Amino acid sequence: MFTAGEYDIIVIGAGHAGCEAALASARMGMKTLLLTLNLDYVALMPCNPAVGGPAKGHLVREIDALGGEMAVNTDKAAIQVRMLNTGKGPAVRALRVQTDKERYQQEMRRVLEREPLLHVRQARVERISIGEGGVRGVVTETGVFFAARALVVTTGTYLRSRIVVGDTTYPGAPNGQQPAVGLAESLRELGLQMGRFKTGTSPRVDRRSIDFSKMIPQPGDSQPGTFSFLGKQCIREQDPCWLTYTTPETHRLIRENIHRAPLFSGVIEGRGPRYCPSIEGKVVQFERDRHQVFIEPEGRNTPEMYIQGLSTSLPEDVQVAVLRSIPGLEKAVITRPGYAIEYDYVVPTQLTPWLMVKEIPGLFLAGQINGTSGYEEAAAQGIMAGINAVLFVRGEEPLVIGREEGYIGVLIDDLVTKGTDEPYRLLTARAEYRLLLRQDNADLRLTEKGRRVGLVSEERYRVFVRRQEAIAREIERLKEVVVPSELMAQIFREKGREVPGGAMKVAELLRRPEIHYTDVVKVGVLGEGAPPDVVCEVENQIKYEGYIKQQIAEVERFRKMEERKIPADFNYDAIKALSNEGREKLKRVKPVSIGQAARVSGISSGDIAALLVYLKRGSGTKSSGGIEE
Amino acid sequence: MHGDTIAAISTPLGEGGIGIVRVSGRDAVAIAKKVFVPKKNRAWAEGPGYRLVYGFVLDPETGAVIDEVLLSFMRAPYSFTTEDVVELNCHGGFIAVKKVLEAVLAAGARLAEPGEFTRRALLGGRIDLCQAEAVLDVIRAATEEGLRVAQGQLLGRLTREIQELRQATVSVLTAVEAGIDFPDEVPGLERADLLSRLHGLKARGTRLLENAVAGAVYRDGITMVLAGKANVGKSSLLNALAGKEKAIVTGLPGTTRDIIEEVVSIKGIPVRVLDTAGIREAVEEVEKIGVARAREALSCAQLVVVVVDATSGITEEDKAVFQACEQRERIVAVNKIDLAPDGVSAAEIQMLADRAPVVNLSALTGEGMDSLRTAIADKVFQGRVLRPEEVLISRVRHRNAVRHYVSAISKAIDGLNGGIPEDLISLDLRSAATALGEITGETVTEDVIEGIFRDFCVGK
Repeated sequence: MFTAGEYDIIVIGAGHAGCEAALASARMGMKTLLLTLNLDYVALMPCNPAVGGPAKGHLVREIDALGGEMAVNTDKAAIQVRMLNTGKGPAVRALRVQTDKERYQQEMRRVLEREPLLHVRQARVERISIGEGGVRGVVTETGVFFAARALVVTTGTYLRSRIVVGDTTYPGAPNGQQPAVGLAESLRELGLQMGRFKTGTSPRVDRRSIDFSKMIPQPGDSQPGTFSFLGKQCIREQDPCWLTYTTPETHRLIRENIHRAPLFSGVIEGRGPRYCPSIEGKVVQFERDRHQVFIEPEGRNTPEMYIQGLSTSLPEDVQVAVLRSIPGLEKAVITRPGYAIEYDYVVPTQLTPWLMVKEIPGLFLAGQINGTSGYEEAAAQGIMAGINAVLFVRGEEPLVIGREEGYIGVLIDDLVTKGTDEPYRLLTARAEYRLLLRQDNADLRLTEKGRRVGLVSEERYRVFVRRQEAIAREIERLKEVVVPSELMAQIFREKGREVPGGAMKVAELLRRPEIHYTDVVKVGVLGEGAPPDVVCEVENQIKYEGYIKQQIAEVERFRKMEERKIPADFNYDAIKALSNEGREKLKRVKPVSIGQAARVSGISSGDIAALLVYLKRGSGTKSSGGIEE
Repeated sequence: MHGDTIAAISTPLGEGGIGIVRVSGRDAVAIAKKVFVPKKNRAWAEGPGYRLVYGFVLDPETGAVIDEVLLSFMRAPYSFTTEDVVELNCHGGFIAVKKVLEAVLAAGARLAEPGEFTRRALLGGRIDLCQAEAVLDVIRAATEEGLRVAQGQLLGRLTREIQELRQATVSVLTAVEAGIDFPDEVPGLERADLLSRLHGLKARGTRLLENAVAGAVYRDGITMVLAGKANVGKSSLLNALAGKEKAIVTGLPGTTRDIIEEVVSIKGIPVRVLDTAGIREAVEEVEKIGVARAREALSCAQLVVVVVDATSGITEEDKAVFQACEQRERIVAVNKIDLAPDGVSAAEIQMLADRAPVVNLSALTGEGMDSLRTAIADKVFQGRVLRPEEVLISRVRHRNAVRHYVSAISKAIDGLNGGIPEDLISLDLRSAATALGEITGETVTEDVIEGIFRDFCVGK
């Protein structure tokens, strides 16, 4: 067979996971090949045009902190920026950006193609080649072999995918592309357990056929923020989104045609996500007068509008009727119908916490192939798989982000420990230590880690160190500066609050929930004040110190369990005291630590006690690496 | 050393009324200092340890003396767990031991899991594997027994209430979380609405706690009636039962001479003993009130000890007594066997009380008293092996959990009033729901996420 090239790392698929994986690999010094089915569809956004929101926006910040591209690229393609949850507290504030999809793709492609060690190429991978020691490379449709020491597979929804619209169904992939059938077979032949999921998207409508006067405009923030800590603001003008609602007529139409909905007629077998139900699902499940529908621009150079809230796989004639029953969409002209897509995924409990297939050294999986959904979830896994593929090739320890260190950790730990029975979406409610995982401190949590593995650039590191120092300096200053009593009185009077007697240090004053840094600046105590990003972090650290300390104490307890490692070749059959259910689950998941073992569903405290005792025996000699006190 | 400091009653709660509360962990000394006031040696914690210190355990809230104790302090790593260990040797009977444990928990210790001291000893390298393997069986047995106890309690009203309260809490939390994770789709709760729901939760938790605290001492045990004609020796039997062990609550005579009450510990079970004046006499003396009370006592008794007199044999009066308590669980005590060893035959009694255990005893000499205690304990546990401390601990655990719940909800309310944002309020709510979940064995995160998707319409 013709060997077309030899690489350190090959990434299959150039979606959001693949782009991050390939960039991480190349930037960390690996000769990298990125293979995609279609070079013109790099970093495609096949569903909504937005990036971020609660938990997802946190992920984008974390990817940025590690040296990834998604944040920078989103900032470049932004057409509307909003900070969500501003009134709900420091932990859940989250940036969301509407992007110009085409711009997003172009910018990402440019970045990929400028990366010196990265080679981007169009090819259809048919087979993964495995040798004695693990991964050898890939074979393409045209019978060409590419050699590699590690592989990152990021196939999205393309594995044996099938498109469903009404009673029409055909093998297909987003944007009229072809599914990856050979690769799905190859993964099965490698012994991987696969499952089948379903997801869907809503119809797109030509903006010239929409009557916006019947809708409520949703403008962006007056002072738009950026995702990236590098803070390069590219956006000048912002485009609005629009809000309208379904009507009783909409619901009647859907109910009348429900027998034609593939979700209910049995055409679709794969499990769909609960957080992203189709409009037919919502109408059947919830007794409501109306459902929200957001109209979002797909980009600046296209009249296409995304109809958020109307994901559907109803037949096209019903889609048209449903759309036209909604105020402002009476004359709607569809540019692309909504559809459902079914695809294979790999059961993610077969992966290590560093996203490598446990049984196949060098084979890494990231993104929707692991049963997730969402651009951000994919990118987060992509960067981690990329980093760990490099560490694997280098023969170094893997990089795992803990649940207490980042949403990336929550996401990956959930996947590899618990698995998922629907396309997995990250939520802030999934994080135990949410208050520590703020979008504002993602760099303080992760940039050093990114730096240590060699992914964080000089420029990014300089920005980080400067910010870190500024935060520390400002906190020190606030602990020193005293607000005299007459200025205190002024601050409190303006708030309409009772004036406490005496002077107070600024830090002390900021502990009161109603007093903000800007109030203190206003009375002239702090001069001009620090830059907004510094102020935000400083204020969080001071104001919520009590709560933060409480979570740190919980984290200490949590870490003790994470630090008790279980050897990879641990023999669970040797422990008679394990329950049968516990033994089977532990053998399947092969947790790396007692902490992870305890999170596997169905593991009892008795099982954990048994594990602890036997691990202690394993460490009878100090060097065998059992439990360290 | 491990992170937190644990405590538990480390002696079986049985005869004798002496119990040891063991505290282990890095805050053991600090916690002991909060509840223990030495009589003389104020610098006990600074010394080398291994010395008994005499003093008192005070209620951390009221400052009232709970018990006089001997404290011993073993400095890390020279203790069973290899951590700092403080042991409080209590003398005031098992309720005092229980209260001392509660004081220690209120002072910041966490209730030890079953087998946790041993686990720490093992992990600290204090005991070897042979010992550990033996211990492991105990841990498992204890866990499973505990599970059975928990399942038994599941049927109880208290647990049902806890479940409902937890559900109500999770649904408030879910509403908050849904608003946070889906700000476009879910409006979230108004602060005023949230506040009123929190006040409702707090009131329910407080009520639970009050019931639990006030009622636990008496409700945790069983009620037992001593029944029999006059002069069979019921009172001496009561004294004999109470005398062996220091009485937990000193008996008070009733308003009339009809009922006397004592609470005694029998094999670790708190038993409320009612000494009825005697049914037959009451009828003859036409004391309607007395009759009513005696019958009421009989009807609420979980166990009746019918006392007969070996010297007089079975009389018509005895038969009336047997008849009056026919429906109850019974034990027959044949008293005064020191005077008439063969006074009443087993066959005679079988005729009157089929299958009731019969104990021959003398309240005066104490002969047969242990058999009576065993018979009582067997009746209570229906022959099932149940370690009494497990019942106790699981209940202290419940009370602790509810206490934690109420304080977390209070914190949420204070926070809300003080303008704390809802992502922090949700931390308190989560901690509250987790506390109750420890009783019912449910985890919060999954419930909340299920709830968001079930109750709120979210999606693209």
